Amino acid sequence: MSAATTPGQDPQPKRDHHWRNVVILWLLASAIFDPLILIVWGPGLPPGNASVQAHGQVIDNQVLFGVAIPVAAAVIVYFAYVLWAFRERNPEVVVDGPPIRGNATVQFWWLAITTTIVLFLAAFGTIRLLEDGSGGGQGPSPIAVPASATKDPPLQVQVIAQQWEFTYRYPSYGGVETRFLELPANTLIEFHVTSLDVIHSFWAYKLGVKADANPGVDDVAYVHTVGPTTFTVHCAELCGLWHGYMFNSGRVVPKAQFASWIAQQERTYAPATKVLPPYSKTYFPSPLRRGG
Amino acid sequence: MSAVAVTVPARRSGWRQLLGFNVFTGVLLGLGGWFLGHFIGTQIHGESLEYYSTEAGQNDIAIFLGYGLGVLGFLIGLGFLNYPLRRMLGHPPSLAERESEEYGLMRYFSLCTDHKVVAKQYMVGIGFWFAVGGLNAMMIRTELLRPDVHTFGADTYLTLVGMHGSMMMGTMTSGILGPLANWLVPIMIGSRRMAFSRIESFTFWILMAAEVLLVTTLIFGGFQTGWTGYQPLGDQGVAGYDAYIGFFALVGVSMTLLGFNIIATVVTMRAPGMSWSRLPIFVWGALSTAALMLLAPPMLVATLLMAMLDRTAQTAFFIPGNGGSSYLFENLFWFFGHPEVYILALPGFGIVLELLPVFSRKPLWGYRLAVAGMLGVGFLSFFVWQHHLFVSGIDADVRPFYMLSTELISLPTGFIFLCAMGTLWRGRIRLTVPMWFCIAWAFNFLWGGISGVFNSDVPSDVTTHGSFFVMAHFHYTIMGGLVFAFFAGIYYWAPKMYGWKFNETLAKIHFWLLFVAFNSTFGPLFALGFMGMPRRVVTYPLGMKFLNDWVSASAYTIALAMLIFLANVIWSFVIKREPAESNPWHAKSIEFELADPVPVYNFERIPVFAPDPYPYGVEQPAPALASGGGS
Repeated sequence: MSAATTPGQDPQPKRDHHWRNVVILWLLASAIFDPLILIVWGPGLPPGNASVQAHGQVIDNQVLFGVAIPVAAAVIVYFAYVLWAFRERNPEVVVDGPPIRGNATVQFWWLAITTTIVLFLAAFGTIRLLEDGSGGGQGPSPIAVPASATKDPPLQVQVIAQQWEFTYRYPSYGGVETRFLELPANTLIEFHVTSLDVIHSFWAYKLGVKADANPGVDDVAYVHTVGPTTFTVHCAELCGLWHGYMFNSGRVVPKAQFASWIAQQERTYAPATKVLPPYSKTYFPSPLRRGG
Repeated sequence: MSAVAVTVPARRSGWRQLLGFNVFTGVLLGLGGWFLGHFIGTQIHGESLEYYSTEAGQNDIAIFLGYGLGVLGFLIGLGFLNYPLRRMLGHPPSLAERESEEYGLMRYFSLCTDHKVVAKQYMVGIGFWFAVGGLNAMMIRTELLRPDVHTFGADTYLTLVGMHGSMMMGTMTSGILGPLANWLVPIMIGSRRMAFSRIESFTFWILMAAEVLLVTTLIFGGFQTGWTGYQPLGDQGVAGYDAYIGFFALVGVSMTLLGFNIIATVVTMRAPGMSWSRLPIFVWGALSTAALMLLAPPMLVATLLMAMLDRTAQTAFFIPGNGGSSYLFENLFWFFGHPEVYILALPGFGIVLELLPVFSRKPLWGYRLAVAGMLGVGFLSFFVWQHHLFVSGIDADVRPFYMLSTELISLPTGFIFLCAMGTLWRGRIRLTVPMWFCIAWAFNFLWGGISGVFNSDVPSDVTTHGSFFVMAHFHYTIMGGLVFAFFAGIYYWAPKMYGWKFNETLAKIHFWLLFVAFNSTFGPLFALGFMGMPRRVVTYPLGMKFLNDWVSASAYTIALAMLIFLANVIWSFVIKREPAESNPWHAKSIEFELADPVPVYNFERIPVFAPDPYPYGVEQPAPALASGGGS
């Protein structure tokens, strides 16, 4: 054992201002960084405002940032302060600190505050999720259906994923299958996502929709489009060799433009639509051969 | 338990040491086993019986039999069958094999039951495969320097991604328990050995066999599934996927037995006076990790055996359309996979909380709270796995539950942070290299935890799921958490384990370079994920090139920092060899009371433990060795 070790100081040291300093610094850091980051980054947080669901995710991200910044500031300010204030100024001599083994009050309030934050976030997330589904895939029997679906039946669009492309079927337009996704503006879309081979994930980043495509499964996701825009569709689940190249583009266009576009698609693809399997929630294709 | 010594055969000299049961014999028999198994497999069926059919001329039955017999031959060559056979022939029981110093270096190349030798075997083995996994990451970052396919093809790129993930996950689960817990747990609880010393050695050698199996995937065409190995993509894969199955199944066996052994050791082999409330917090960290290792990986092994049967015996557990389900694999995998990521976090908690009292010169603040935190994280980790499947189309009703259970984990994790912060309060903080690594752990894990809250919130997760954001998140927890804690542990304990001192300057350069480069690598990945870059892609939009290049350059800097560490090890432990002080940190824990080098049986007499595991700032005789232990 080291001979230089000495017993510690008085466990009840004289009153000083360390606590007060940490709290003031934390309040200061939170007061500066919370508004600053929310003002600078808040409006630009992903995934943007191209749909009602995307906008809802932005709000979630803003709230999470708003809560996370003071928490992070508390830990960082505390560490920085104690490392500076309690650093050993004479490292040559080994001196023990006071044997403080805990503090019931601090532990109680820590538990109370963290529990409150966690329960608030879980409740907040649940409410937000159940409101309109947040654009996530909900499986064949969705529970978070946007309220507008009761007024107008949503436009159904089937997303068929296969190695390595997405195609889209519009059951209300004769089951025509297109290679590009075009959607009417200001409309509630009901995506039915399925796969013909392995697991894929239909991700239209700007629309705030992501739903896994499982073979033999109908995965439903809701998106309420806003104004005209363009977006990219990308596969978000590793699906083999050309996963990285499994993307294409789509558009949200005014309703009239959509009507003429889909009518043209129906005409163009009429011969193909005739030989397609009848529209169905899922498809069971014949087995594939092994990939490379 | 009586330690009846077996008759030790006289030690051979010179090259004849290589004869007998050791790793060289093991490799030879392993190769023999591979060819025998492959031959038998080909006789059973001449070609693959694959659902997806094959044109590659690869026969999964032959490959799996080759792997099985190869590993069996490797273990026989190492001598793992000797003791059971001797017992069957009526020989007396014994605990020890090749423990005596006179076996010299050959102990490290064979089945040795000295827990300190196994720990050093783990240290080198883990270090080597960690480096290989790191090189894979460098190759991934090289490919991502440009948005087009240039250095590797899309095929090799995905194999590299899968190998990096599998190797890091498979290796680093034992990354702290293997080298550090195997060395420290018996000493810290006042035991002379682990409860099952042959099993201890077995867990190491089977892990090494597993790693070699994973590398053979390169011969058989690689696998394109990533470390998650989702089905039916995996079932579609060429024979390289068989290597993935073999690797993770063996890793699962190794993990289960390692956890089992640590639990048995801590439960049954504590010295007098070492009650549960006196266990050093590192032992609690190892124990809670071990509990997860015992309970979670058997699920992985079973899942992979089902995948193997799908590929060989024409079952269809995971093949939709034939009655199977792709969700079944996802659920089974993550039922293992989520406890797995806490297996990667808990030992780090243990190390950090063990070191902070030493460098703050204060007792651990809130000992019981810290224990509750570790056990709470371990318990909750079994109830969160479907948060990996929020958008997969699982039953939509269960998502709020998993959102809640996932966010609840931040409570016990918060305990760990509170204990760390309380320990620093009013301490006499000594900013040594291990201490810097602990502080960096807190900083990195903080961001890992906060980004985890984004992932657990379903609306936010709809965008971040499967993106680089998730990738940044778990690198912050695993690399920023576990690996930084691992280095803290190495700088803290390796001088005691090996007897040599680290070069302080190189250690400091290593720390600061690693810390800055780490944050510079994974910080921007959060931004890339927010911008919509999916994981595991070989290409990306041109607008993301700058950030990707920045990340790649930073990743190379991480490699440079690791090379500096390697140089430090070679310089300090091989070339310079400046003897370390017996207790360089003035720690008051028992491992620093032992003689240098630590004798084979650790203690001459079993120590008696005093009440306080962290007697800083109080008058208490040096903890354990009531009767002058060591030599």
